[in-house]
Amino acid sequence: MPVISYREALNQAMREEMERDPSVFIMGEEVGHYNGAYKVTQGLLQRFSERRIVDAPIAEMGFAGIGVGAAMVGLRPIIEFMTFNFSLVAIDQIINNAAKIYQMSGGQYHVPIVFRGPGGPAVQVGSQHSQALESFYAHVPGLKVVMPSTALDAKGLLKAAIRDDNPVVFIEGETLYNTTWEVPSRDDAAGADLLIPIGKADVKRAGTDLTLIAWSKMVWTCLDAAKQLAQDGIECEVVDPRTLRPLDVETLAASVKKTGRCVIVEIGWPVAGFGAEVAYQIQRHCMDSLDAPIERVTSDDVPMPYAKNLEDEVQPQVKDVVAAVKRALYLD
Amino acid sequence: MVAPVVTASMTTPDSVRVEPDDPVELVATTVEELAPLYRQMLAIRRLEEAAAKAYSQGGKIGGFLHLIIGQEAVCVGATAALKPDDYVVATYREHGHAYAKGSSARAILAELYGKKTGLVKGLGGSMHLFDKQTNFLGGYGIVGGHVPIAAGAAFASKYRNDGRVTLCFFGDGAATIGGFAEGLALAALWKLPVVLICENNQYSMGTPMYRSLAVEDVSLRALAHGMARDRFDGDDVIKVKRRIGEAIERARTNGEPTLVEVVTYRFRGHSMSDPGLYRTKEEVEEWRRRDPLNRCRQRLVDLGMKDPALEALEGDVKAEIEDAVKFAEESPPADAYLPYVVKE
Repeated sequence: MPVISYREALNQAMREEMERDPSVFIMGEEVGHYNGAYKVTQGLLQRFSERRIVDAPIAEMGFAGIGVGAAMVGLRPIIEFMTFNFSLVAIDQIINNAAKIYQMSGGQYHVPIVFRGPGGPAVQVGSQHSQALESFYAHVPGLKVVMPSTALDAKGLLKAAIRDDNPVVFIEGETLYNTTWEVPSRDDAAGADLLIPIGKADVKRAGTDLTLIAWSKMVWTCLDAAKQLAQDGIECEVVDPRTLRPLDVETLAASVKKTGRCVIVEIGWPVAGFGAEVAYQIQRHCMDSLDAPIERVTSDDVPMPYAKNLEDEVQPQVKDVVAAVKRALYLD
Repeated sequence: MVAPVVTASMTTPDSVRVEPDDPVELVATTVEELAPLYRQMLAIRRLEEAAAKAYSQGGKIGGFLHLIIGQEAVCVGATAALKPDDYVVATYREHGHAYAKGSSARAILAELYGKKTGLVKGLGGSMHLFDKQTNFLGGYGIVGGHVPIAAGAAFASKYRNDGRVTLCFFGDGAATIGGFAEGLALAALWKLPVVLICENNQYSMGTPMYRSLAVEDVSLRALAHGMARDRFDGDDVIKVKRRIGEAIERARTNGEPTLVEVVTYRFRGHSMSDPGLYRTKEEVEEWRRRDPLNRCRQRLVDLGMKDPALEALEGDVKAEIEDAVKFAEESPPADAYLPYVVKE
């Protein structure tokens, strides 16, 4: 099976969906002639022309809103934010318009749009470019929020997001673009139309002693931590919700009922972070199975510093996950 | 010699005639053309009055209620220049726009009453009317945020080459917010078939233009984008129809947007809770003297429409709105919200 990068997987997803459906177009800063600030749209301008790969000036609220209006009348826009930090100047369009039009119109108009781009801290880009904003969007009814951790999930979920009839906030891991995974080719039966349903969690590693719940980049951190813990005979199950809204509580709870312990790891801030909601759902559904309080690992409650040593200190590292697991196992 | 700060665009009609004492310019029309527009304006006036009554007397309408009384000629005249397939996007002061685009008084009023039979099933209320059957893309409550949406509908028309035009209405208060600035810029950059109509009623809520805009001419914003512009007073529904019609034609044939500023006046407060203490009685009286409805009615008389015909038309409107009130009163309450969060 071909091993491809997360970046290539996203590119394939958009290419395939644009070939399948002429109403799909991409709009964003540097998506065309520049081939994408992160090269996710590489080659698409050549393949689809300026009509469908639309370079936008720096006007996120404007072009996000253009996407919403176009979606209302039947197109399927993919709006790329160069990073999700810049989505904050378009958040009126996402929350006040995209998320509400289906409701406000009494079901007459729907908004099949994907807002996508990288999110979460990268490396040494300072506080304004290092934010995990998924908790903001996951708060809002009317939106779907997808955060793939692997190339396989990225491709299958982006294709599903483009076909979804609702606004989907699709947050890619800024540091995951070069990660690789096995992804079946579209030329094989398994990859002919690779769709991963939105709202389904995935067990990324099976284990018996404790459930680690994480999404996007933190899945990789948890897998590293699980590997390290396995050397001490501790077998962690790593469950990736992949979609924060709707959240697959069933799969998460099934794992915790099996292991009896849970650590939730997120790269966002602690206060009102999405992990708090996950913790609520787990205690609500697994009260009788829990052998220890649910632990959370988050970034520190600070704007991201620039200096590399401080930046590492602020974000969850493997050692922080290992420590939390040991606390939940009363091994400290 | 100092160069002028602002020059008119080479390509644009650039007439500015907004002084209240301007001699009335008569735009040629006929009873056949004007009477249906008078009927629409009157129906909107009566609809708004019925809404105000239900709001004040019975508490049957809740929340915010923004009336368009005094400004009816703008939405009626502009919409009259459209084809049925064309799109309209409007603000939270949009009952008249929805009606002019073809929604029924029954469905509008029932929506204001929060009834199941309302235009959007009691989920939107006064500020969020939508009607897919008439291509009315909605009433939006965040000032200026809908301007990019209108540009988006126009983008889709250009993408599909479907020949449709989008009208976007907003107030002078939107001139200061980013959504307007970005929607305007992108519509100009990509030559989208949209007509951006600033209904300048001279107050953003309680703030007069001179306290919110350094230059009290919103249409000038078009110049920086090389966009066509127009500016005129909005008392005469036929003039509105003709001038917006020119902009619609420019959008439809040349694929070029226009920023149009129509100077008008709302007779009531910003919303029902606003007594309008920021303006003088004399000012309001002066504008009431120019009431677009009276002006339109007088024009019909001048054109030879007889009293019995006018009275029949007015009686018909009265019956329509009375029926709409009865319908709203008697309709069952709204009963479902869960199916309208996520489309399955």
